[in-house]
Amino acid sequence: MTSASKVDLMDFILPDHQTSALKAAVLIQRWYRQYVARTEMRRRYTWHIFQSIEYSGEQAQIKLYNFLGYLMDNFTPSKISSYFCYQNIEVPEIYSGPHLTFPLTVEQAMGLVEAFRMKKQLHSRYVLQLLLETWKLLRMFPNINRISTCHSKEITICGDLHGQLEDLLLIFYKNGMPSLEKPYVFNGDFVDRGKDSIEILLILFSFLLVYPSDVYLNRGNHEDHIVNLRYGFTKEVLTKYKMHGKRIVKLLQKIFSWLPLATVIDQKVLVLHGGISDTTDLSLLARLDRHKYVSALRPPKKRLMSSVGTSIDSDDEIWSNSRFNQRRTSLTYPKPLGERDSFQNRSLQDFSDRLKANVVENELEPQSRRPSIFNSVTTRSEKEITLSVSSDSAYSDTMEEWKQILDLLWSDPMTPDGCIPNEVRGGGCYWGPDVTEDFLNKHNLQLIIRSHECKQDGYEFCHNRKVLTLFSASNYYDVGSNRGAYYQASNLTRELSVRQSIGRTERSALKVLREQLFAHRSDLICAFKKFDSNKTGLVSLSEWANAVESVMHLNLPWRMLRYQLVTCKTSDGVINYYEWFNQLHIDQSLLETLYRHRSTLETIFRIVDTDNSGFITIEDFRQTWKLLSIYLKMEITDEAICDLAIAIDSNQDGSIDIDEFMEAFRLTDKKSRLERGRSMFMGTAPDLTKLEGDPNI
Amino acid sequence: MAESKQSAELTEVQKKIRATFEAFDYEFNNTVDVREIGTIIYALGCFPSQKDLHDFIAQVEEDHTGWIHLDKFLPAMTEVLLEHKFPPIPEDLVLQAFEVLDKEKKGYLDPEELTKYMTQEGEPFTQVEMDEMLTAHADHEKNCICYKDLISQLTIDPDL
Repeated sequence: MTSASKVDLMDFILPDHQTSALKAAVLIQRWYRQYVARTEMRRRYTWHIFQSIEYSGEQAQIKLYNFLGYLMDNFTPSKISSYFCYQNIEVPEIYSGPHLTFPLTVEQAMGLVEAFRMKKQLHSRYVLQLLLETWKLLRMFPNINRISTCHSKEITICGDLHGQLEDLLLIFYKNGMPSLEKPYVFNGDFVDRGKDSIEILLILFSFLLVYPSDVYLNRGNHEDHIVNLRYGFTKEVLTKYKMHGKRIVKLLQKIFSWLPLATVIDQKVLVLHGGISDTTDLSLLARLDRHKYVSALRPPKKRLMSSVGTSIDSDDEIWSNSRFNQRRTSLTYPKPLGERDSFQNRSLQDFSDRLKANVVENELEPQSRRPSIFNSVTTRSEKEITLSVSSDSAYSDTMEEWKQILDLLWSDPMTPDGCIPNEVRGGGCYWGPDVTEDFLNKHNLQLIIRSHECKQDGYEFCHNRKVLTLFSASNYYDVGSNRGAYYQASNLTRELSVRQSIGRTERSALKVLREQLFAHRSDLICAFKKFDSNKTGLVSLSEWANAVESVMHLNLPWRMLRYQLVTCKTSDGVINYYEWFNQLHIDQSLLETLYRHRSTLETIFRIVDTDNSGFITIEDFRQTWKLLSIYLKMEITDEAICDLAIAIDSNQDGSIDIDEFMEAFRLTDKKSRLERGRSMFMGTAPDLTKLEGDPNI
Repeated sequence: MAESKQSAELTEVQKKIRATFEAFDYEFNNTVDVREIGTIIYALGCFPSQKDLHDFIAQVEEDHTGWIHLDKFLPAMTEVLLEHKFPPIPEDLVLQAFEVLDKEKKGYLDPEELTKYMTQEGEPFTQVEMDEMLTAHADHEKNCICYKDLISQLTIDPDL
């Protein structure tokens, strides 16, 4: 009975090497196949679980948010809860500032504005709590926000605020506070230079929490911890919050990296902080992991990178009154700084001697009003960037993404055509009107609204009025200073034509319907089979309609909808229903489906990876799975979870990186898996040839 | 006492079989494609030979339709598990198997050597299987397969 499968030690001790080699080979093959099968089993099992999230009948989007919300509420890995823990911070009796309770209400947000107006300071406990809530929320937003003006007539867009609370208060006074009827877009650079950066952030974040669909924040180049070190924000926080300042700074670092990169209004107006380059690609920007790019001045850490670009501070700043045209070109890009390990612990100051050129610095100091510079546009030549070249192709993808973000946050428009590196700032580019034209055409947009540069009147059009620069920090409206401005976007775009808007609704309804159909596929297949007694896999179109009707119990004109729902090939009015199901799956917004699972998994990974190191510990992974099983009300034993975690850690280093995590859920494609399955017992079974014509492959 | 223990074991075994089976049952109708059977049986911790698989399939297949139904699979597989019909291959035996192939006793195998054995001898691998094994487990720098490391890496406790 079992003799055929047992391999004995004695079998190896044979004079005939060939025979023993044969037996050895058999053993190894069997052993290896077993390993592969077990791995595949694990993948399937975990995939099943995620499929059940996808297809249990709810809208996928809501499901995802709910699960993520649940995860975030319940997942308290030891690292983060201890570090950002606010619960232990006591608020003393003598504290006269505002007390916050969560979830935040609009009264509290307004109360905060009022308190700051009265020069109060928010207690660090509430700061941390507010920041934590903000962080949780920001993680759910896409890289590019999309708003439409159909609900409210106007959207208000504010440019750089740079810690100038008075300007924000003035805007709120003149224009009204953010609300459901009064949506706002804040276009970056909330901090640095001015003295109330943290207060501005807290106000913006509170309104964001209260009105998450009506307040939009774009990241600016100053939402960057390295820039903050130089330009005053970090110092402000550490001064105002002596005990917990460091934690606040750290949390802000994360938050900044999670700020969305841009906003599109009515699919026609692009609002972003810096600008574009001739290579700017919105779909790439929409897809990348924005939080990996903690600082736009530094490419993200990579485990195997041999050297890392880093920003360098220069001791040689020269205060200059030079005008716009007299900006000194500062650089040749310095050479790479060598192996990562060799400079990991150096302070920023150490690099100054390795710079080949000086960095010129122009600061517009709002408090000190210098009449000689009133005509000049602020020029900020910021830091230099070191790039190290690596031949790793994944790394070059990362570099590409990083460049895209850099361009977005740091670029400035110029008058002549073309696109050249922005040497004054040391990052991003100068882009010309031809680049604007091409870009707008390519993405079917009409206008770019950006900030980043101070303009005397607070705003300025250029590039044939296709680019608008908006700057909101002002000099108290004094003579010889610039004004701050905000822009009200309304009637910017034509009303959507009636036909267009119906199309939109129809598409989303169809999408829901497709999801429902797919969720019922087992019942539907049974129903189809009833019509398909010869097991051909085919039914006629009217049989299709009958079957669908009988299963879905939805009073819909299925025969009419058929043309929308059945897009796979039908010859002679006959549908292959298996193929239809595959097609159905794919039709559901291809990009969404392709990336849906991926992004769910990646998001989950990111949540678990609280220190953004790119690794999660086995223990964290286990905890997450436990939560998942509770949430889904599924029985997954501790043992199974342990095994899963260990199996996923394929290089056995005790932690799971994103690649291993994704790999665990990778489905081998059906065809090759079946082929492999066949090879396990192929060779002698004659019946197997009958499987050749399987239509399901 | 012994009986309840036995029936507890039985339930456990059957649960495991069901769970594994269901993972490959795409149409939720308690059938799986016959080509997945090998994977399922392996996944349950067994190490059948090709012939063992053939015989098993012959037992449970639904009239050569290419489908296997849980109703037949469950009892057959339960028997396999309870009687330990396809026992695991102990680590040291695998090691010896590798050592047999490593004629020169180098301590490792060249990819070409391994490929030759795996694709031409015994129950041969397909090209895909071979490529996968090499990609995943060959040491790319030294261009060899250090089988001792490989064994400890891949051997998972059969007592799932």
